Amino acid sequence: MRALVVDDSRTMRRIVAKILEGLGYETSQAENGQEALDALQQGDAVDLVTVDWNMPVMDGLELVGHVRKNRDLRSVTLMMVTTEAEQSQIVRALAAGAHEYLIKPFTAEELRAKLDLLGLVPLEETA
Amino acid sequence: MSLAPDVFTYVADLVQRRAGIQLDTGKEYLVESRLLPLAQEAGHARVDTYVRGIRGIERPADVQAVVEALTTNETSFFRDGSPFTALADDIVPALRSRPGGLPRMRVWSAACSTGQEPYSIAMTLADAVGPETSVEIVATDLNQAVLDRAAQGVYSRLETNRGLPSAMLVRHFEADGTSWRVREDLRRQVTFLRHNLLESPPFGGGFDVVFLRNVLIYFDLPVKQAVLDRVLTAMRPGGYLVLGAAETTIGLDDGWERVPVARGAVYRALTGAAGTTSPVRPFLPTPARAPLVPTPTVPSPFTTTGTVPAVVPSAAHAAFLPTARPSHLSAPVRGESR
Repeated sequence: MRALVVDDSRTMRRIVAKILEGLGYETSQAENGQEALDALQQGDAVDLVTVDWNMPVMDGLELVGHVRKNRDLRSVTLMMVTTEAEQSQIVRALAAGAHEYLIKPFTAEELRAKLDLLGLVPLEETA
Repeated sequence: MSLAPDVFTYVADLVQRRAGIQLDTGKEYLVESRLLPLAQEAGHARVDTYVRGIRGIERPADVQAVVEALTTNETSFFRDGSPFTALADDIVPALRSRPGGLPRMRVWSAACSTGQEPYSIAMTLADAVGPETSVEIVATDLNQAVLDRAAQGVYSRLETNRGLPSAMLVRHFEADGTSWRVREDLRRQVTFLRHNLLESPPFGGGFDVVFLRNVLIYFDLPVKQAVLDRVLTAMRPGGYLVLGAAETTIGLDDGWERVPVARGAVYRALTGAAGTTSPVRPFLPTPARAPLVPTPTVPSPFTTTGTVPAVVPSAAHAAFLPTARPSHLSAPVRGESR
């Protein structure tokens, strides 16, 4: 399983990547939406992208929209991981095509529970 | 610090008498960790002295507090997924296909703890039944404190993050500070009542579906049989019983038959209230004669590409979000454009 962690905070990228790696993921990172989109369009095949909302150059919502429009990226699962906690923001992100939404701060258990919901916890971890 | 043997024996006996739950030797740690907050609240530094203090008098309030502390179950929204998939995909269609259709559906969520199960049932039925069906859910537990919490319908972010798809969250909940409150229309469908499974259901019968999950495992054989017997009398003939994945009626009670569903432990009552016989012939020898056909598991949105074969789709998610596309927001919130 491969994941791309998109966040402009280096600390946040490391936290998310570490949790995912603990679940058996291989991870890569991007600092903003444009960098993530470039990586995905260049054929960086991933199962999951965790997406921060507020980032320079291209924000998370825009990234979600671009990924959803790209037929080649249809299999990619998108999870927003953001401090945006308003109900209306969650609705916007889901309507744009995000599959799940996790509000910061969160625990490793909460991230894992979201992955479980998406069927994205590697088998050996689901026992 | 370990629990004195006489204290453990007394507590185990009390819980057996009052709730029918067996606490075997080796559960001393559980007793100590669950009762320590009660002991401290009552001014005791140790569980031993607290329990010895209440043992002589057995005031009902003390006894109830001890039993409640030891019988609270862990729960989460859409726990285990498959029972809710079975409810939507198998049980509701079968009930609807009966003569007269399904104008009213009564569901009992037994041992409902803090309410995640009955609200998950209500959310499932919001999609699975049409407006022509009125839904009533009776949710019971032995523990009044968890029932009070359940009736409020307010859950922390940690609780909603465990098992509740975001699409369901924004549709059926409203923000309440950093917590989330179940919307009024869903809350109105659920009635919370205190009930001991060892006593007859006081809230009328006629249930079409009973969820009794991860409860029987705590009981010894005679109590299991007694509980199943009481549940049977609360059901409509041909009603459905949903048990925990590790539980069965087989060998306990002849009043049920296993229903073939894709995943999960679902049984149908061969008789029901007042011992009436089910219109369906009992002891069906082959699944082909059962009204339910095993339905294929809802395909995961993530297996169509073949890129991630080593995952199992979560039944809870698959049940409600059948495609990988954003259309899973099947009922957009008013004012939001796609």
